[in-house]
Amino acid sequence: MNNYPVYTDNDPQKETITLNLGPTHPATHGVFQNVLEMDGERIISGVSTIGYIHRAFEKIAEHRPFYQITPLTDRMNYCSSPINNMGWHMTVEKLLNIETPKRVDYLRVIIMELARISDHLICNGILGVDTGAFTGFLWLMEEREHIYEIYEEVCGARLTTNIGRIGGFERDFNEIAFAKIKKFLIKFPPILKEFEKLFNRNRIFIERTSGVGAVDPETALNYSWSGPILRATGVDYDVRANEPYSSYEDFDFDIPVGNSGDVYDRYIIRNEEMWQSLRIIEQALQKIEKEPQGVFHADVPEFYLPPKEEVYNNMEALIYHFKIVMGEIDTPKTEVYHAVEGGNGELGFYLVNDGGRSPYRLHFRRPSFINYQMYAPMSAGMLLSDAILNMSSLNVIAGELDA
Amino acid sequence: MKDKLGSQAIFQKISTRFNEKITIPTHPYGLLTFETNNENIKEILKFLKEDNELKFNYLTDITGIHYPEQDLPIGVIYHLHSLVNNVRVRIKVFLNGDNPVIPTATDLWQGANWMERETYDFFGIIFEGHPNLTRILNVDEMTVFPMRREYPLEDPNRVDKKDYFFGR
Repeated sequence: MNNYPVYTDNDPQKETITLNLGPTHPATHGVFQNVLEMDGERIISGVSTIGYIHRAFEKIAEHRPFYQITPLTDRMNYCSSPINNMGWHMTVEKLLNIETPKRVDYLRVIIMELARISDHLICNGILGVDTGAFTGFLWLMEEREHIYEIYEEVCGARLTTNIGRIGGFERDFNEIAFAKIKKFLIKFPPILKEFEKLFNRNRIFIERTSGVGAVDPETALNYSWSGPILRATGVDYDVRANEPYSSYEDFDFDIPVGNSGDVYDRYIIRNEEMWQSLRIIEQALQKIEKEPQGVFHADVPEFYLPPKEEVYNNMEALIYHFKIVMGEIDTPKTEVYHAVEGGNGELGFYLVNDGGRSPYRLHFRRPSFINYQMYAPMSAGMLLSDAILNMSSLNVIAGELDA
Repeated sequence: MKDKLGSQAIFQKISTRFNEKITIPTHPYGLLTFETNNENIKEILKFLKEDNELKFNYLTDITGIHYPEQDLPIGVIYHLHSLVNNVRVRIKVFLNGDNPVIPTATDLWQGANWMERETYDFFGIIFEGHPNLTRILNVDEMTVFPMRREYPLEDPNRVDKKDYFFGR
């Protein structure tokens, strides 16, 4: 694309148009600004401007005790905040060498896979909207509502969940929660099947998406891509399988990979991952049956807040309560990196601890941030309408992009 | 998936090549960690990436850290991942505080571009040879590097979050 002469903005000979796509544009699904140089419908070059909702989480985290950092992680990828929460809990547990009971791991797996489904639902639904098919999105949105109802049953919140605690959950799943999960497992597959029927072999959809934004695996790895978009290029890297956390090694599931890395492949990968998530949840429910009932946190009184009524009636509980809240707990002076497979890639937590009650340094390896940097370079030469689809299928979440 | 190449073997291989240039490794939580300096980092990264056996082809993360009491206060931390061997490595480089300069990794990994810009934005670390080292998350007019320790979190309404409550 070097044959376009460069003119300043006011030059009368300038033949290209400078177009501001975003920061608030209905087609960008979030606060994304791209300053595009356009030749008619075609993009010549683009520059991404990010940071519109930067909230300095890493700085704030240096002044918060571990348990108060969970709500910060909620607000990164808010389409699948439980994964962020649990990734953070597991990081601290790794730091403190806490081993969680199997039942806790399985409960976490259920919630994380539900979160993955809700994340992919949004992404694929919105992709449909961007290609001009609104129905699928509304059809799936109802199912996301049912997932949020399960969250509500478990932790009381819906979007910014703050789910679980360091060491496990704050309370056990009640019967209604299990009933809702089981109901979801029955009700959701037909709807997903219907959604696939609408799109998978739809000629308009295929023509809009196939070949758009195709990426080869070398480039994807060179740009440190991760998650469904990397797997769509054919690289079988999934943190759940490569470095199993939360007992993922106990589960039998497939990792779907694509071959062309275009928007259509990413769409198919996400759909297939939802089926795999359903498989995992089913297995987890069966496994929980065999575990001792009522276990919902690790037995670590130094780090896990005791029940309130015990705090008032039991000396030990009172001491632990005081120590945890005031940050008098002993933590090792070391560093830890823990990664989980988030909704759109490897979500890493790099925690440097100096023994205080808050991290010395906490860095979030945010998949959206790293995946998005290829967006402007890969848009060059694309049609504007294709670039919109491409952005939507990268599933970049503004909160995670800017942290 | 099992590690095909243990971190001992990996370090053995690295240390035969860069004998004096790297420090004795530590293994916090099983992750091979060692330090080097800004003269050798480029060569080491290139070796790790391009060696046929190690194949650290995936750059997971670049970030910074600030220890004001150290002689070399500013740190750059690389996390590399060998997808073939399924093993990670962490490399640290400490730089002097007045003029923290380190060669860029963008010619090895395109993905280093924004990671380095973010690190520059928050710690003021200059990545020499970077194609576009400008601020990325903070506003362009900002003059300070906010993640350094000399800039405390301004939060006047919450006295309970002051540093002395954290033993600092």
